[in-house]
Amino acid sequence: MISFASFPSKSHEITYEEARHHPNVKDDLMEFDDYEDFESSGSRLTCPGETLTSSQAYMRGHGTYVDNEEVIASVAGTIERVNKLVTVRAIRSRYNPEVGDLVVGRITEVQPRRWKVDAHSRQDAVLMLSSVNLPGGVQRRKLESDELQMRGFFEEGDLLVAEVQAFFSDGAMSLHTRSLKYGKLRNGQLVVVPPILVRRLKSHFLTLPCGVDLILGLNGYIWVSKHVKENEQEGEEGFDAEAVYSNVNDEIDEATRTAISRVMHIIRMLTSHFIPLTDTLLLEAYEWAIEHETGVRDLLQQDFGDALVASITAGR
Amino acid sequence: MDWGIATLDTAADIGMELDALCAPKLEQSSLSGDNSHTAHVILYSSTIMASRVEILNEGGFRSDGRRQYELRSIEIDLSQQGHADGSATFTHGLTQVLVSVFGPREAKMRSQTIHDRANINVELSIAAFSAGDRRKRSRGDKRVLELAAAIKSTFEPVIQTSLYPRSQIDIFVQVVQQDGGLLQACINATTVALMSAGIPMIDFVCAVSGGVHSTSPLLDLTMLEENDVPNLTVAMMPKTKKVSLVTMETRLHVDRFEEVFKLAAEAGQAIHGEMKAAILKWSKSLVKTMGQDREGGGEMDDVGFE
Repeated sequence: MISFASFPSKSHEITYEEARHHPNVKDDLMEFDDYEDFESSGSRLTCPGETLTSSQAYMRGHGTYVDNEEVIASVAGTIERVNKLVTVRAIRSRYNPEVGDLVVGRITEVQPRRWKVDAHSRQDAVLMLSSVNLPGGVQRRKLESDELQMRGFFEEGDLLVAEVQAFFSDGAMSLHTRSLKYGKLRNGQLVVVPPILVRRLKSHFLTLPCGVDLILGLNGYIWVSKHVKENEQEGEEGFDAEAVYSNVNDEIDEATRTAISRVMHIIRMLTSHFIPLTDTLLLEAYEWAIEHETGVRDLLQQDFGDALVASITAGR
Repeated sequence: MDWGIATLDTAADIGMELDALCAPKLEQSSLSGDNSHTAHVILYSSTIMASRVEILNEGGFRSDGRRQYELRSIEIDLSQQGHADGSATFTHGLTQVLVSVFGPREAKMRSQTIHDRANINVELSIAAFSAGDRRKRSRGDKRVLELAAAIKSTFEPVIQTSLYPRSQIDIFVQVVQQDGGLLQACINATTVALMSAGIPMIDFVCAVSGGVHSTSPLLDLTMLEENDVPNLTVAMMPKTKKVSLVTMETRLHVDRFEEVFKLAAEAGQAIHGEMKAAILKWSKSLVKTMGQDREGGGEMDDVGFE
């Protein structure tokens, strides 16, 4: 028989510290505490090693494995079922790419005819020289001279926005930037959040009224930058390669800098409370912050952030 | 108490011999006998007692007041640590270990990639202040490397590495406090940290240390017991009832082995209960803040799984 010493419990959401019970009593308590709640809220939680169902009636999806004719969970998360397919979605994990996703990434390596891009996935993504826009017309054969000046387009450490084009056989993703919306990033700052907190939206290019552009990469990389007017956007008809692959920032005035850092802090605050980001939520938070703060610095304080989160989630 | 008076004299003698500064005070105490000085004397008598501390007394209690099969208090903290994909702080009594998991991600060194599965990289560091005597261990310390290798080989069969070819999973273990059961704390902390990183594993891994004092087995040893008693650490998987690690650094009689081993495996089940409850509680709190607008998750019907 194994018994536990009980200690006074701290009341913190994530810390697990509570009074222990005798093993015989504990089984009943667990069932009551944990499972009843989930059923009522609609999503059931599970953790590795838990049997979900028998494999004869169901098919195993992601986050599960089959052993002894049973479908067993392999990650901690919510159980999802589509017809006969049972999957478990992990609460937090790295980015799982899908074709067509918009991602923000950082060049890690320049290789022959390709760049390696860190996109918060399980492997570095690949950006082929053939899937970027090159100076002098979009539909143009890639020449040897292009290959020699690859660092002129993207260099190690450069940030870019791209779309997932396809997958390689080992699961690595291939990106493309063959649109005027995609390409090198400048005039802003990067903030990294858990990918699950970025939902699929109608558009991942947001413009906030405070003169800040946002690119919400589905991989959890978010680019916060100075607003660029539609008609000034580089590469309209003539595709100005100089401007697209430029490494020099435009002039950014004081007000815009403040706005950028305010948006950054709001995003950090929301994600530290594990709240999914949407455009309306960000706007609401921005307005609340303007109204209540004495300076952008306030957003760094935990209690100010807690108040912000409490007020904007109350309305939902 | 009788011995209290007896040691008062001896302690006073020792005190005068050892420490010249104490001497006038002790003399004073023998004259006036006021309270503050008796406290001083008791301090001496307790150091004398410590040399023959009992592992298990006649009442069946251990040096820290636990029973034979009682585990120390467990605390699991799954809060975010920096940019780590998963992190956990695991506390067994006075032993505390902090684990951050990064990955699966691109390997830092190309030579470390394995073409058909993920590579697991474990790095352990022990804080200089973690134990009673301050001691700095270098990264290449044999003991540190051995512990890291033990953790790696424990998790290699449990993590579904074949799902992430050519990737790397980095596990950084930081020992903050140690009071026995270091390996068990490292393994338990790594288990929950991997789960919070969403890395697929076939099961939990629950580790407990056990030892034998003369003929009576003990569980979850403190450092004091660990130094005195033959001991082993067992890591088991509660669902499959498989054992992924048994290690022993001392000599244990072969007749006693089975008993301790079985007991440790049984205690693993109890630890599993704790870890599972912590993981579920953590998941629940995160799912709650993410709200009902999660696509897909909301419409799941609960019937049909039985």
